[in-house]
Amino acid sequence: MPTTLFEKIWNAHLVATRMDGRELIYIDRHVLHELHAPHAFESLEKQGRPVRRPDLTFSMQDHTVSTRPGRTDTSNPEGAPFLRAMREGSRRNGIRVFDLGDPEQGISHVVAPEIGMVLPGATHAVPDSHASTVGGLGALAFGCGTTELAHILATQVMALKRPKSMRIRLDGRLGAQVTAKDVALKIIAELGVAGGRGFVVEYAGKAVAAMPIEQRMTLCNLNIEMGGRSGFVAPDDSTFEWLSGRPWTPQGAEWASALARWRALKSDDDAAFDQEHTLDCTKLEPQITWGTDPSQVVGISERVPDVASAREGRRAAMESAYAYMGLTPGTPLVGLPINRVFIGSCTNARLPDLEAAAAVVRGRHVADGVVAMVVPGSSTVKREAEAKGLDRVFRDAGFAWGESGCSMCAGGNGDRGEPGERIVSTTNRNFENRQGPKVRTHLASPATAAAAAVTGRITDVRQLIAGNT
Amino acid sequence: MQPFKSHTGIAVPLLKDDVNTDQIAPVQAMRNLKPDYKKLLFMRARTRDDGSENPDFVLNKPQFRNPGVLVTGQNFGAGSSRESAVWGMLANNIRVIVARSFADIYRENCLQNGLLPVVLPPADAEAFEQRVIAVNGGAPFTVDLETQTISGPAGADIKFDVTAADRMRLLEGLDDIGLTLKHTDEIVAFEKRMAAAQPWLQTARDSRR
Repeated sequence: MPTTLFEKIWNAHLVATRMDGRELIYIDRHVLHELHAPHAFESLEKQGRPVRRPDLTFSMQDHTVSTRPGRTDTSNPEGAPFLRAMREGSRRNGIRVFDLGDPEQGISHVVAPEIGMVLPGATHAVPDSHASTVGGLGALAFGCGTTELAHILATQVMALKRPKSMRIRLDGRLGAQVTAKDVALKIIAELGVAGGRGFVVEYAGKAVAAMPIEQRMTLCNLNIEMGGRSGFVAPDDSTFEWLSGRPWTPQGAEWASALARWRALKSDDDAAFDQEHTLDCTKLEPQITWGTDPSQVVGISERVPDVASAREGRRAAMESAYAYMGLTPGTPLVGLPINRVFIGSCTNARLPDLEAAAAVVRGRHVADGVVAMVVPGSSTVKREAEAKGLDRVFRDAGFAWGESGCSMCAGGNGDRGEPGERIVSTTNRNFENRQGPKVRTHLASPATAAAAAVTGRITDVRQLIAGNT
Repeated sequence: MQPFKSHTGIAVPLLKDDVNTDQIAPVQAMRNLKPDYKKLLFMRARTRDDGSENPDFVLNKPQFRNPGVLVTGQNFGAGSSRESAVWGMLANNIRVIVARSFADIYRENCLQNGLLPVVLPPADAEAFEQRVIAVNGGAPFTVDLETQTISGPAGADIKFDVTAADRMRLLEGLDDIGLTLKHTDEIVAFEKRMAAAQPWLQTARDSRR
């Protein structure tokens, strides 16, 4: 029977079916972070249960770490107990920690792919909703809570109900300054914040095939913002080329065997999906959120929509978003004054993201009164960016250049905006109060964020580059 | 895990869609490893700018100060995987959430903690929501998992569906890890098979070391 790639990976990792009907899916790589893992260590120790495969488990310090140069545990005092508990719990259980000062520390979803720990067709679990970022390499990744995290530590499997499958076909070619971020925001706008609930999503089509791996990761990262259980792109030659030579990938003869297997990782031509959607990306313009959830999106040339355009049941959410965001329907997005710009997070802080932002910033300066910060997604990205002189581009323009971590995405490390500020952010959630109490977040691509930083207003980056603003 | 058989308490109407985990349990409230989960629940909505209590928020109203059942809209618990968004419910004695639908990870986190997630068919949900508004905290509702029934003032009992597996797991408070460890032999066999077929998946090694 023709099968989808999701089913192939699932079936290849199916260990057993439990008495309650849940399927036990083997987890090839388990990456922890310090906000949730300490509670799981404690819970397992109370139960007297060991970690089954510490050699397949890795600890990342990312959510609470300070981004200040010369940082230590206590640079963010509230993070210190988490960092210590993570370090000690990992040591007791024999788990490798990517700690402060490690040259490869960073956001787990950025680090695991870039060192080659994530492999096509592998399963991956992280106690974080953005786990599916690594789907950009053709891995099947699941986010989970703390209790499930303890369950994986003890058993190396997840006990899951089999999700349904969806395919989203992205046709056409992306225009200048239109990226995976813009495509993902458009998809969420179309399908809604719960459109992917219960589904594993395969992203396919010409526009995906043409995307560099980093952009595929951005696309898969935002899958959870429409409620998707997981999301991935089938691996292809670009994937294999990207992974080749990365230090944690199989080497030598093993690489050749792995590659032969990975080439078969495709959905069969006539495989049936439970749901299919298509989006033509050709005419897509840069997208930006105007409201307080990631489906409240417009094209950069558009205006804040009227409630008359609300889909069923969404009217109240729109009205509440106008009030929180301080916007009235009909207001153009372009030209709105902003206070702050944040370029970072597991969504958009890989090297090409920073290059795209730097290309806009080069030769320009952050507008008066605007606070702007770049936080590389990993210490490796930071080093590579510095080798290319990007840190100078940003610093010379008046940006702060931080040490790697999740930073202002959720503000777990103390980086946040001031009440009432309007922020253009390359992150993934524009929820109320997320980036600080009363902070108004507009999600956009790195280039759009950079354009806002240098003009002090929401700007169509294409116009800026053409010299029209 | 604490078993769930039945729970009686005041039903609180929070009739909004897409209530997300940043609203339920803001990350900035997790300032240490053992935060006050009771206070953390809906912390921002509960307090005004000056730190005083917001009298307009439903859980601050006198009739809803001792909640037992939360009644809410579509896609409840969207956003982060943080389990504090469930622990905050339990710390406030909310052991049942009746929603139009749940975000996937949030629902899983409920089941892991003996919190019963209930989804009623649209017509029943609508009727129950109206009833909860009308009762206005005047008398408690009882949600019984054994009989799969919601009962309470001002109306007939309401039946709800739950899968046999979830029902058993909650009723017996089954130890999830224990259930899985019954399959240890199969896990071991899987690892052996995988180590032979795709050894790179059974080892994670930094080739520079």
